[in-house]
Amino acid sequence: MIGWANTIIQGVLLGGLYALFAMGLSLAFGVMRLVNIAHGDLIVLAAFLALLVTQIIGMSPLLALVICVPLMFALGYALQRGLLNFTLGTDILPPLLVTFGLSIIIQNGLLLSFSADPRALRLGGFETDSFHVGGGIAVGYFPLLVLAVAIVLTCALELLFSRTPLGRAFRATSDDPEAAQLMGVNNRHVYALAMGVALAIVAVAAVFYGIRTTFAPTDGPDRLLFAFEAVIIGGLGSFWGTLAGGITLGVAQAIGFRLDPGWGVLAGHLTFLAVLLLRPQGFFPRTR
Amino acid sequence: MNATVERSTRASSNGAIVAGVGLLVLVSLPAWGESSWMRTLVEFACLLTLAQMWNLLAGYGGVVSIGQQAYLGLGAYSLFVLADDAGINPFLCVPLAGLVAAVIALPTAKVVFRLSGGYFAIGTWVVAEVYRLLIANSSYLGGGSGKSLTAVREFSRGARESITYWIGLTVAVGAVAFVYLLLRSRHGIALTSIRDSERASESQGIDVEGTKLWVYIASAAGCGIAGALYYLNIVRISPDSAFNVGWTAYIIFIVVIGGIGTIEGPILGTLIFFLLRWALADYGSTYLIVLGAIAVVVMVKFPRGLWGYVQERYDLRFFPVQRRLRATGGGAQD
Repeated sequence: MIGWANTIIQGVLLGGLYALFAMGLSLAFGVMRLVNIAHGDLIVLAAFLALLVTQIIGMSPLLALVICVPLMFALGYALQRGLLNFTLGTDILPPLLVTFGLSIIIQNGLLLSFSADPRALRLGGFETDSFHVGGGIAVGYFPLLVLAVAIVLTCALELLFSRTPLGRAFRATSDDPEAAQLMGVNNRHVYALAMGVALAIVAVAAVFYGIRTTFAPTDGPDRLLFAFEAVIIGGLGSFWGTLAGGITLGVAQAIGFRLDPGWGVLAGHLTFLAVLLLRPQGFFPRTR
Repeated sequence: MNATVERSTRASSNGAIVAGVGLLVLVSLPAWGESSWMRTLVEFACLLTLAQMWNLLAGYGGVVSIGQQAYLGLGAYSLFVLADDAGINPFLCVPLAGLVAAVIALPTAKVVFRLSGGYFAIGTWVVAEVYRLLIANSSYLGGGSGKSLTAVREFSRGARESITYWIGLTVAVGAVAFVYLLLRSRHGIALTSIRDSERASESQGIDVEGTKLWVYIASAAGCGIAGALYYLNIVRISPDSAFNVGWTAYIIFIVVIGGIGTIEGPILGTLIFFLLRWALADYGSTYLIVLGAIAVVVMVKFPRGLWGYVQERYDLRFFPVQRRLRATGGGAQD
């Protein structure tokens, strides 16, 4: 019984990381209906960027966020403005193919520059410290921090969308790009800002991911699938839904892993397919 | 006014003659060629078949899947089970593998078709991962390290290579012919109209959902056959190679660069893929970066691909699937 409670708790904590993976994807879905297949590879790219920063400047990975977040924001803005904006339209094929191409380019570029060896970001002990909550269950400080960051970022995104002029522009272009343009919104700029914010969140997710586990150039596709499943399970258009989806996925994987170490990821995928069959709109859908 | 409907072009008539001669040369290859050529040509046949199937699905059906490796892997694994465990002739297992893939595609479609557009694309990828993980967790199927095909050992090496090669040739020609004849039939008109506008097709009485479903299943069967053929050629399989999303990356790049929505495009694209891989053979995975970059540029700047450009510029069509009305004179013009 205690064992299962522990499994669930660890699953929830893991889900915090998956929610972080998923938020940027959810944002791009929500604002420009862009299904970004390179999302997972961008997470891995950001993790390698953080690795470079920590190695060159010798700073702690958490401090490296100060450099990585603005860099990834800039990359996101440039990527959307310089390439992805040209793929948006009624045809679904161009954005899919272009981001798929980017995914392959990033993966193989990382392989050539960093080799296939798994890497990790180190915090000097904090990442493995834990405290006891009674009943023999130990909770790691670091996974708890990740979950807390995921919750804070979810709040921040919801506030950004509901309370700020930028959020209003995001919602307006999402609802009706032409009408938004007539009201003086520059859609191309708004989309680029949205991708900038999405990749800024990717940078945060990447640093926590790199501290929590090792990462290698070919790990991107799995990150994409986890992020995608979290978004769909949670329901499109709601960041709280995405958080709930991430946690659901984390718990499902933890339970699967406890039953058989080979079943962890599989249990997550099967949970996603079950949600698709039973509740295709996800837990908390909201059309934005 | 008198008019006739033209369904062939000069290029298609002349092309058919050239293709016939070329095919005769290819059929006789085992008598004079080297076995490494045959192996490469079988691989060529597999990629061409996969590309035609994906083009049928995405270029004509408007269904964009990035999970076709699911059916490639399932077809390949059914070859190993049917030939090694059930004792069926391994060469006969190639068409059977297509059947297995089609049978599995039916319930799979019920799940993934709940998603649409880009979401559907990633959903198909998740499904492919599910099949990969199920097989990697099955010790009966060799788990993560895979299996070797033992059933082919009773054939001499020469016989095995020649038969595999002829099957490859049949499969590739069959795939092109299947797509061509399908598109010339009334189903072809339904397919292209769905690609252009689902809503308009629906209002014209086309069963959009049904058409998409059977195209998905037909494409799965083709991928299953190609998968079985590929692993019959190399006689060794592992879940990570058979269910690798890299397959779909190759296929998509081939179709996009060659020209999506044309039959000539995937053929041209496969040629370019092999040439590029050969030219960059000494630089590891660089050819993938180059291929990916070319595909991105083509998609943004020349969305109809190389053959689309040729077709527009020179009106050259080796596989005419359209109907052209040509006036034969005699009537009043208005």
